[in-house]
Amino acid sequence: MGIGILALAGAFLLVAPLGLKPYGIFILSMWAVMTIAAIGLNLTLGYAGQISLAQAAFVGIGAYVTAWLTTKGAWPFWPTYALGFASCFAVGWILGYPALRVQHHYLAFVTLAFNTLVYLVFRNEEWLTNGIYGISNVPRPSLFGFSLKGGREFYYFCLANLVFVSLAAWWLIRSPWGRAFVAVRENPIRALSLGVDTRRYTLMAFAIGAGLGGISGALYAPLTQFVDPTPFALGLSLNLLLMVVLGGSGYFFGPFLGAIVAVLLPEWLRFAQGYYLMGYAVLVMVMMAFWPTGLLGLADRLLKK
Amino acid sequence: MNTVLQVRDLRKSFGGIVAVDGVSFDVEESEILGIIGPNGSGKSTLFNCILGQLQPSAGDVRLDGRAVTGMRPCDLNRLGVSRTFQLLQIFPHLTVRANLILAGQEHQGSMLSRLVGRPDAGLSAAAERMLGFFRLEHLADEDAGGLSYGQQKLLDVAMAFMAGPRLALLDEPAGGVNPTMLANLRERLKAINAEHGSTFVVIEHNMEFVMALCDRILVLAEGRIIAQGTPAEVRSDPKVIEAYLGRG
Amino acid sequence: MLPAFFILIGTHTFGLPFWLAAILGGVATLILLGLAFKKVMVDPMIHHGVLPLVIATIGLAILMKEAVREFYGADAWPFPALWATTDVTLFGAVFAVQSLLILATCIVVVGALQLFLAGTLTGRCMQAAAQNPAVARLLGIRVERMILYTFLINAALVWIAALLVTPIYLAKFTNGEILGLYAFIAALIGGFNQVRGAIVGGLLLGVIDNFCAVYVSSSYRMAVPLLVLIAVILVRPQGLLGRVEERTV
Repeated sequence: MGIGILALAGAFLLVAPLGLKPYGIFILSMWAVMTIAAIGLNLTLGYAGQISLAQAAFVGIGAYVTAWLTTKGAWPFWPTYALGFASCFAVGWILGYPALRVQHHYLAFVTLAFNTLVYLVFRNEEWLTNGIYGISNVPRPSLFGFSLKGGREFYYFCLANLVFVSLAAWWLIRSPWGRAFVAVRENPIRALSLGVDTRRYTLMAFAIGAGLGGISGALYAPLTQFVDPTPFALGLSLNLLLMVVLGGSGYFFGPFLGAIVAVLLPEWLRFAQGYYLMGYAVLVMVMMAFWPTGLLGLADRLLKK
Repeated sequence: MNTVLQVRDLRKSFGGIVAVDGVSFDVEESEILGIIGPNGSGKSTLFNCILGQLQPSAGDVRLDGRAVTGMRPCDLNRLGVSRTFQLLQIFPHLTVRANLILAGQEHQGSMLSRLVGRPDAGLSAAAERMLGFFRLEHLADEDAGGLSYGQQKLLDVAMAFMAGPRLALLDEPAGGVNPTMLANLRERLKAINAEHGSTFVVIEHNMEFVMALCDRILVLAEGRIIAQGTPAEVRSDPKVIEAYLGRG
Repeated sequence: MLPAFFILIGTHTFGLPFWLAAILGGVATLILLGLAFKKVMVDPMIHHGVLPLVIATIGLAILMKEAVREFYGADAWPFPALWATTDVTLFGAVFAVQSLLILATCIVVVGALQLFLAGTLTGRCMQAAAQNPAVARLLGIRVERMILYTFLINAALVWIAALLVTPIYLAKFTNGEILGLYAFIAALIGGFNQVRGAIVGGLLLGVIDNFCAVYVSSSYRMAVPLLVLIAVILVRPQGLLGRVEERTV
């Protein structure tokens, strides 16, 4: 049944842009981009059990690296994409060190503070980021001679990236690393006594999660073609956290589902405006009270009965 | 005979309380050494200091003559020292098989090869053998959290032997296990010892279990060794009786 | 933020006099943020661990913010001050009467809280319940009720803080976020398990914040408390005045 749903969803994603207006295609592309960031956070939080409220900062770093280098530096896209990943990987590795000392709400606050600091840098360092005016006219790349300027073409590019990231994440989770991540989450002391270098795996979980945030940012910049500090404030980090937890943290497809609820539904339910957010907030609270394992955890339980 | 583990003047204090007070002993190859003592006599603290879970305040630990004092538990484990904990420590959301493979995966290859290679092949076979040995085959694909207490305890011990350790330190393996399972466990431990010549140190409260399993026993009270010898010698030592029952 | 809007609802929608609206707003705060928050959110969720509770609280914050925006709009509302907004000169320096009275209220409230926690039977029972619920229960302390009291006291303090601070910051739907964040940072810096800790944290935060306004560019003013927070968490996770809760391996 799972494969059926997957095939159906895949088919939908392939044909959907044919029947959508440009704005609809843009939103669907945004869903793919945010899902990539949420997959990263799911690795850090869902599998390795390390809470991070800094994912938006990494999306921002990736977006600024790409935006700055492709406009002011006139670099081609791919090197900036790689650099966006690498710089977030490195910063994420460093941000992992506090997790070796503190956990839970303390870690949440350290990462939260980090996110706000990065946001302040985006806003204030005008020579680098152009401050609140942002960087505009970020070019869209071309691939093997195909121009990706059109909204539909760029959507397929985002989708291809999502597939690539998903496969990589799937491979990682099925590898001994994925097992070690879960071991770090469930029982770090026992893991340590079994030879699992919990320090290194914790740092890796942070770095890889952050790196995927960077990839998401590297796609975000050419998608919106405009990068300013506002989207990368704490709000997006909280939103990504909600996506992961609502979809089902530690479930592979959790981020996909969570991003649907957080990115696509608000657009479809636009007429409801503020009421949608209120409904969303109530949904989050009800889920946490009764099914803290998220939508997929709930589905899992219903199917087993 | 080779000395596998050498502990010299090991000391650990928490604030003003001395939990381990200058303990020295040797463990010979393929020996099963028991450590007994009343509650709070410092047995688990001693284990934690030997294994790097706690930093000892003073003293020296050697493995095959090599200084390993205060080494990180994961590095020590990769040198061939494994352990179990007083309280059950398994990974409830991994399957029984995944628990076992996890216990062996860090002992082969580099960290990178564990990501890009296919390093599970040899481990699957080893896990299969271990499942058979501890009679857990029928549970291999269950989540470990769903097993009965006794089965989880067997899994816990099986994980400690997954990597073929040179030395295994078991903290109360018999605690909370029912009599049938207990006989099974003791027989399995004896079998591993006989087949592979593995060396054990066992902390235990269950006297019957420890007397039947061990070649030699240390008695700890208030952080010091007060007696040692064969099970028969220890059983009749007046100092041991006094430590357990108080001064008559 | 919420108490301020409760009071505004009272004065604007129902045309009540300010003092009556303030009292009714206080009662509403106690019931909603104290009683309902504990019974509806904390009780069912605490069994699942801290993370779901934190996330549900984020959800609650979104809900309250959006509700206020929906029904009251995104504008900042003026809020009547409790006292005259004149200045006085003391020891050669000029002070706003308002600030002095806020300070005085704080001292009284903190003193009362300290007296209550350390001096009364109920206060000591609450501390016991916080430190070791199992033993407290054995001693016949009704732990559940004590926890409820702490939530009620918390709501009452929020109400007082809202009365004091809203005349200065105006009533706006985003008020809660930054002030709540500062309150949390102050408690973390000072140490979670101490009233004095929260005060020291709050004072330190205020002093640092104002020093930075002078010496650091104002655009990075907010960064400094956050850096202090990171430093404190990493160096002294128990807070500056907090006691270490010993853990065994």
